[in-house]
Amino acid sequence: MPVSPDIERSMLNGQELKSQKKREEWVLLGLSLPAIFVIALVVILPVGWLFYLSFVDGHGSFSLEHYQKMVEYKSYARVFIATFKVSALTTLICIVLGYPIAYFLAALPSRWSGIFMLAVLLPFWTSLLVRTYAWLVLLQRKGLLNDLAIQIGLWDSPVKLVHNMTGTLIGMAHIMLPFLVLPLYGAMKKIEPDMMQAASNLGASPVRAFGSIYLPLSISGLAAGSLIVFVLCLGFYVTPAVLGGGRVVMVATQITAILEHQFNWGAASALGVVLLLATVLVLYLAGRFFKFDTALFGKR
Amino acid sequence: MNNPTALPISIRGLTKKYGDLNALNSVDLEIKSSEFLTLLGPSGSGKTTLLMAIAGFNRPDAGSIKFGDAEMVLTPPHKRDVGMVFQSYALFPHMTVSENIGFPLKLRGLAAKEARGRVDEALATVQLSGLGDRAIDQLSGGQRQRVALARAFVFRPRILLMDEPLSALDKKLREHMQIELKQIHRQLGVTTVYVTHDQREALTMSDRIAVINHGELAQVDTPEAIYNRPKDQFVADFIGESTMLSLTRGGDGRLSFGSEIISSSSPNPSVLKWSLVVRPERLHLLERDVNTSEKQVVFRGHVKEYVFQGETGFALIALNDMTILSVRFGTGARSRIRLLELGALVSIGLMREDIILIPEEGQM
Repeated sequence: MPVSPDIERSMLNGQELKSQKKREEWVLLGLSLPAIFVIALVVILPVGWLFYLSFVDGHGSFSLEHYQKMVEYKSYARVFIATFKVSALTTLICIVLGYPIAYFLAALPSRWSGIFMLAVLLPFWTSLLVRTYAWLVLLQRKGLLNDLAIQIGLWDSPVKLVHNMTGTLIGMAHIMLPFLVLPLYGAMKKIEPDMMQAASNLGASPVRAFGSIYLPLSISGLAAGSLIVFVLCLGFYVTPAVLGGGRVVMVATQITAILEHQFNWGAASALGVVLLLATVLVLYLAGRFFKFDTALFGKR
Repeated sequence: MNNPTALPISIRGLTKKYGDLNALNSVDLEIKSSEFLTLLGPSGSGKTTLLMAIAGFNRPDAGSIKFGDAEMVLTPPHKRDVGMVFQSYALFPHMTVSENIGFPLKLRGLAAKEARGRVDEALATVQLSGLGDRAIDQLSGGQRQRVALARAFVFRPRILLMDEPLSALDKKLREHMQIELKQIHRQLGVTTVYVTHDQREALTMSDRIAVINHGELAQVDTPEAIYNRPKDQFVADFIGESTMLSLTRGGDGRLSFGSEIISSSSPNPSVLKWSLVVRPERLHLLERDVNTSEKQVVFRGHVKEYVFQGETGFALIALNDMTILSVRFGTGARSRIRLLELGALVSIGLMREDIILIPEEGQM
């Protein structure tokens, strides 16, 4: 059948271009297979196993026994309340300490901000355990901090700074601080310096300009950082275990205790599942209030 | 319109150094009330430094800035009560158009109802009525520019500052906004200081232009005076197109170029060396070869090159001493110069009224 020249033109190389596009799509899919495989192996399988264990009783049959206990025993509720309390307080301390740090870093000329950023990131390069035990040394009864405080007359006799809530919060805030500072710094860096000039030109005092312009423009970074810190705190183990000295019982430490003393995988798994769901809930609620992809990755 | 609340600005001995660089070197400048004054200069000339000093964003090393009779040099920016349009517009992205424009009114404690009226009025002035509820990132570049302008004048400042406000717009919109800004200035009558590096923009908009170079004012004058009577080589070169011809001085003080007498006497006997500034559009092709007369100076040369640029074009004419003169011509059907062949011998006339003499560099 003769084809009119117009139609022929509109389909020029059409088949070949189409199959080329298909080929590229298959290649892309093939390239992402290893990643999909690894994610399935290290995330989906273990979490699925966790779910399974939490619904199985000591005899290997399906049961809601572990979840029932969690509702019945007040001690579980106390653990969750303590976990949320420690996480919230740590986040609050990080906000109070981290906002000025991030502001300072963002205000510095770039060659200096690099050096100070290094100081913020330095703790990342030492082991978590080392840092936590370092705090133990610093904070104990005859530790550096107590000695110094007594010498300059801050207090008379050694104050209990460790193996309690105080020590746990100090240690956790120290470890979590960079997680708050980094996204906040990113958000602040994106605030053009002429924003504050414009505010002041229009008649805003420095305090007013900060409140109406700088704070709202940095709030997404602050929210992102706070969320990261809060969520990381929820599942934190090492620092509360070492610096809390058994007096600060969070979910993660409780899970260890159940495994060590009762060898009860089902109960431990159920705790893990509830913590996971609580974390997902926190992330979901937060995601409804803020657009975090903007704050974290800078896209619109 | 003269605005009775507009204020003159008086700048004296304003000096600002960045390290070894003299950003501003003892600048004196009187800006009249209600005037549109443009600071024009190449980048790094100090024009923005001067504007920022007026706004209060940088602290000069020495000098005085007065608004009316009030010394402002020590006053923090938020108490200066000047409106400013930033080069990047600096609109607040977390506020709507109306909230941006209403921000200075809110700071001044205006009642919500009155503030809304003023915002609507300002939106109407910049032809954005009805867009008050838009978010900033929903606006085009030209619309953002208008919002920035409305925000700068809505609180009725006594002085308005603009830092290259049109530089981010494309050429067509920029030329349209130049006229519009000029009209808004006339309507508001507020003393306006405008910074640009675009000489055409400066010529279009200003009552007066202050040409600034290396932190010093080279010339402060009306656009016509700046163009027709530049004081020195920098101004002549920076504003408009020009060819500089070095003149020789005869024993009787006559200034001539080759055999053509340009001026029978030197404008200032103490200056020995003079240049003739030739504007390409002030040259015209002569129909017949005539001699230099009382009316005009005549140059002769060969056509070396044609360049067509749309509404006009230019031809490069090589004179006998190999100096190249640029002649601008219209491109319409009546333009004869385009019909000439490359290499043709032509005579070019310059009316004596169009002669611009400047002292040669380094001997003022």
